[in-house]
Amino acid sequence: MNANPKLEIPRLKFRKLDIKDGRVDLSHGSGGRAMAQLIAGIFHEAFANEWLAQGNDQSVFSVPAGRMAMTTDAYVVSPLFFPGGDIGSLAVHGTINDLAMSGARPLYLSASFILEEGFPLADLQRIARSMGEASRAAGVPVITGDTKVVERGKADGVFITTAGVGLVPAGLHLSGDRARPGDVVIVSGSMGDHGVAIMSSRQNLEFETLIVSDSAALHELTAAMVANCGPSIRLMRDPTRGGLAATLNEIAHQSRVGVRIEEDAIPVKPEVAAACELLGLDPLYVANEGKLVVFAAPEDAQRLLAVMRAHPLGRDAAIIGVVVEDSHHFVQMTTAFGGGRIVDWLSGEQLPRIC
Amino acid sequence: MKYVDEYRDGKLARAIAATIAAEVRPELSYRFMEFCGGHTHAISRYGIEDLLPANVRMIHGPGCPVCVLPVGRMDDAIKLARRPDITLCTYGDLMRVPGSQGSSLLKAKAAGADIRMVYSTLDAVRIAQAEPERSVVFFAIGFETTTPPTAMAVLAAEQKGLRNFFVFCNHVLTPAAIQNILESPDVRLLGNVRIDGFVGPAHVSTVIGTRPYHGFAAEFEKPVVIAGFEPLDVMQAILMLVRQVNSGRHEVENQYIRAVTVDGNLKAQDFVARVFEPRDSFEWRGLGLVPDSALRLREAYARYDAEKVFAIETIQAEDNPACECGAILRGVKKPADCKLFGTLCTPETPMGSCMVSSEGSCAAHWTYGRFRDYARSEAQGHEFEQKAAS
Repeated sequence: MNANPKLEIPRLKFRKLDIKDGRVDLSHGSGGRAMAQLIAGIFHEAFANEWLAQGNDQSVFSVPAGRMAMTTDAYVVSPLFFPGGDIGSLAVHGTINDLAMSGARPLYLSASFILEEGFPLADLQRIARSMGEASRAAGVPVITGDTKVVERGKADGVFITTAGVGLVPAGLHLSGDRARPGDVVIVSGSMGDHGVAIMSSRQNLEFETLIVSDSAALHELTAAMVANCGPSIRLMRDPTRGGLAATLNEIAHQSRVGVRIEEDAIPVKPEVAAACELLGLDPLYVANEGKLVVFAAPEDAQRLLAVMRAHPLGRDAAIIGVVVEDSHHFVQMTTAFGGGRIVDWLSGEQLPRIC
Repeated sequence: MKYVDEYRDGKLARAIAATIAAEVRPELSYRFMEFCGGHTHAISRYGIEDLLPANVRMIHGPGCPVCVLPVGRMDDAIKLARRPDITLCTYGDLMRVPGSQGSSLLKAKAAGADIRMVYSTLDAVRIAQAEPERSVVFFAIGFETTTPPTAMAVLAAEQKGLRNFFVFCNHVLTPAAIQNILESPDVRLLGNVRIDGFVGPAHVSTVIGTRPYHGFAAEFEKPVVIAGFEPLDVMQAILMLVRQVNSGRHEVENQYIRAVTVDGNLKAQDFVARVFEPRDSFEWRGLGLVPDSALRLREAYARYDAEKVFAIETIQAEDNPACECGAILRGVKKPADCKLFGTLCTPETPMGSCMVSSEGSCAAHWTYGRFRDYARSEAQGHEFEQKAAS
């Protein structure tokens, strides 16, 4: 069991959870002994930290002076386990990234689990442990949580919702409405890896690739960017659902500008490009979970690019375009072929349940 | 990406563009129709219009299977899907196609209909096999390219002895539609559309070969160049068409020799001939009833024919009167000529079929090319202001 004796909830004597063959049943959500056992045996064990160990319905922590960032996120990805990650690590990375895009240093996470009756405990433990590992690696603990169980057929294995809080460095004000004509647009690496990895592991698609999800926590990369080039950074955003195309369109509308990009400059791995070709997808619309887009003042763009490339998660960073004046707020692209086109919002659903 | 990037090479594109520009005669204008939605999509997505001289214009044809499917057939599919005993299997791009009265398969699915998106006809056969208590109907749609897989599915169902697999057949034929356009009053009498040549189908031609185009190329004296779907294929085909026009030829030429032969895919043709036979006529959205332009299941396969088994009687439904899809599909109007384009009708809220499929000319123009409309109108506005000032 656990190295930390504080994590044992005293007074209650539990029969050991049958992780190997056991399954979630309705009693695990009923508020009784089975639920306490599940929380102790799976979640406390996986997340192991002083706040959870107190066993309260909330965690109390002191608040530093300054501005805080808060975010919430829900995870319904299918399949639950995919090349390069699972719903647990994805939930930690995704929540941390949403905080990090404000320039904030992520401090704490929460996690709520909606479990479907019949879900194997072994899978739940695998997910919780992966989540625990991801949060320890990032240095951002999961300090409070909740568990609910719904009848078979009312969910799909497990859904996770999270929240996160972080601390914004003094003087930093990043926002989607701050892009100005002349600004430079930089991506931190190759586009489309996560979406294609998910798709390749879907049952009805039956193709095999070596592509793994790029799921990763970006807060250390953003910390380096902010520390070195903070005043030049207008905004950062992680291009998740809807891909780079959606993110650029959001920014163009929020900032009331146009964006011009060069197709040749956008990093896309050959295997991702090939899979997209096969599936009739455009990598610009495919989700990422470990990449960011940053808009920055032109005079500092090269220095920012160098800072990003010096970090392992920004090794393939590239300048892909510039901000222009445009009353229609179009994202326009010069194609590798030499013609021009719009990179529009995604219409309809390219791929459901990607995160 | 090897075998694809070669056909998207910007340097080669500029070289072909320069040759086209050098060879077009300034006193002539060239109007070519690309029949296939795949070509329309490539032209828009790669910005090919930007590489063509001003006197070469591409007219987008009706070769988008989703676009030409009449509303009545969409209503039939939705009606089928709503039956509690039926599982309707469909390709994903049909989900959002509006039926009459604002219905769609997507909405029917949300309301509880059992509709499954499949990537292959054989997926539908597998569903029928795995769920023998369900009546599984495959919503078959498409030109000659997608017909052989449907024939394969019927033969597979027969071989497996499945009694619960059915096909709702909407397969249509390309040559009949091209002929219909050339015979239409718009082209022959009214002079609304002038077509100087065709970029011929890519994938369709891999199945049917080049032979079926010879008849109308000779009869209507229009050059046809069969081309692949990659942007360089399209550029090269346009150059070949320009050369035919310049030298007064009207031949069937094959740019897509890496995939298309004179006879086509005989094995696929054989599968199709075993399972399907021509219908006397079929309604195309925009073109109306076109003789000999579609297929149905042969009598020998009647028990797989959803139309017969479920007694489907298509009721002709009216399009939105303001929707210009019909004229756009015939090449009479351009997307931007439609009042609904970009106002009531966008890819999120498609009113007409040309906005639904990414191969539809309205969707392609909206998604990739609409900035040109604004650029044009702003340039005109600017000229107007300058004139007014002087």
